[in-house]
Amino acid sequence: MSEQKPASRNELMVVAAARALEGKRVCFVGVGLPNIAVNLAKRTVAPQMELVYEAGVFGANPARLPLSIGDPTIVTGSTATVSMHDLFGLYLQGGRIDVGFLGGAQIDKYGNLNTTVIGDYTAPKTRLPGSGGACEIAINAKEIMVIMRQSTRSFVQKLDFRTSPGHLGGAAASATLRKEQGWGGNGPSVVVTDLAVYGFNSDGEMELRSIHPGATIDEVKSSIGWELRIPANVPETPAPTAEELRLIREELDPTGAYV
Amino acid sequence: MSGATGSKLHSMRDAIAAHVHDGDTVAIEGFTHCISFAAGHEIIRQKRRNLTLARMTPDLVYDQMVAAGCAKKLIFSWLGNPGVGSLHAIRRRTEPAALAAGETLLEVEEYSHHGMVGRYVAGAHRLPFYPLRSYSESDLPNVNPLIRQVESPYGDGKIWAVPPLNPDVAIIHAQRADEEGNVQMWGLLGCQKEAAFAAKRVIAVVEEIVPTSVVRADPNRTIIPGLIVDAVVHEPYGAHPSYVQGGYDRDNAFYREWDAISRDAAATDAWLKEWVYDLPDRAAYVAKFGAAYFKNLTPTSAPSGAVDYGDYR
Repeated sequence: MSEQKPASRNELMVVAAARALEGKRVCFVGVGLPNIAVNLAKRTVAPQMELVYEAGVFGANPARLPLSIGDPTIVTGSTATVSMHDLFGLYLQGGRIDVGFLGGAQIDKYGNLNTTVIGDYTAPKTRLPGSGGACEIAINAKEIMVIMRQSTRSFVQKLDFRTSPGHLGGAAASATLRKEQGWGGNGPSVVVTDLAVYGFNSDGEMELRSIHPGATIDEVKSSIGWELRIPANVPETPAPTAEELRLIREELDPTGAYV
Repeated sequence: MSGATGSKLHSMRDAIAAHVHDGDTVAIEGFTHCISFAAGHEIIRQKRRNLTLARMTPDLVYDQMVAAGCAKKLIFSWLGNPGVGSLHAIRRRTEPAALAAGETLLEVEEYSHHGMVGRYVAGAHRLPFYPLRSYSESDLPNVNPLIRQVESPYGDGKIWAVPPLNPDVAIIHAQRADEEGNVQMWGLLGCQKEAAFAAKRVIAVVEEIVPTSVVRADPNRTIIPGLIVDAVVHEPYGAHPSYVQGGYDRDNAFYREWDAISRDAAATDAWLKEWVYDLPDRAAYVAKFGAAYFKNLTPTSAPSGAVDYGDYR
């Protein structure tokens, strides 16, 4: 095998996200980086995983990387193609989804997400796409994984708008409300960025789990908008294997459009 | 007017003239798949004004209609260029700093996908609301007073509700229909069926007109019966640059191109002049691209196995 280029930060992010899906059964997929991570997981750590696309597909087997959430390749060869009403009602709110992937323009330390506006809602500085299915994925999927590039603009102390609830103001409040509302989901479990992997502690606060090869603690701290608690020992995220990099570069994103 | 039997075949020009009026609430539905751009362009050509445009995902078709001045309000759940980025013409009408002199901000009324689907379902079922678990601890109900909580009559606490949406007209694109408007569709079904049943009037736009015997040979494939359809329009490639499963692929190159065009108001106007106002109809749009262009968007075949319904005479 010819010598491989070292992994880029985006590749480290995609590989870490794919590995977090090990053994998962039913995953609700988004476009862009989550799409590549999920398709990589299906080829490596989670071959039995069912891919669900909000456009109305259960058990997708895309022959090419879907370029939009409703690409025709997700339909051909799928297990089931259903209406949006069935997808959001029977599959998602009905509690059949194990993992949902979300991203956003802003995330706070409790994993609450903003995909609606930057600035004031009635006079926004930037009008973002809005919820789509994110608000219901956040509460109905059994767990949520977030994949986002890290910066002080996106990892913020206070969201401009809360589109999708995470652990709200802390784990206790979140657990009470989720029970009271009859939500099927437990909220975010993993956040993967271009620098690190995070989990959530017993207070529902984001906690550093590992740092990607090449990234430093200082870099991680200076690209987060709140005082991040750093554990005494932070392991390094295991480096991607040659096969994982080959799959990304040759099969999943050969033109480098996403990674 | 629906309920009539016999042929409902009309030109797109006549169907829009008869069924889409200034001030109407219009739903051109189709989730990425089967979006009737042909109808959107004809509405632009006929210069409809003050429309309320409802769609889960406004997509390029509403960006173009907003740029052309057709809309006063948007009802939606996800506002973007799927797989590409923003809808820039709409952003220019929703961000005060980007607003051109003499323009006004669009009214926006937004939901989540499940909420938007639920609005059509409640509308189609003639129910006062649709209950769903979404929205606690989201800011959406704070900015949309139509998202409300109701007490469950069975003592299970409160549940969120969205109101029915009954568009004046729903416009649905599909693979095929007979002349009476019995519509068959496959691939992503979106919320076309729910939007059509919720609407006061329905225009069905199809790639192919087939004999009723073809419809009746595969009745499970029928998503909308002619009973609720007011006009049938035969419009090959009428969904381009979106796609039709098995017919033609999504024109992703155009979706990316629109990102550049729509960033500039003058370039957007020039595009609308060249591709909408200066063309008489969809056939001219298709001819302007040329047959070779669409050949490149045609997938190889992957037919379903036929099922056997049995003959029970």
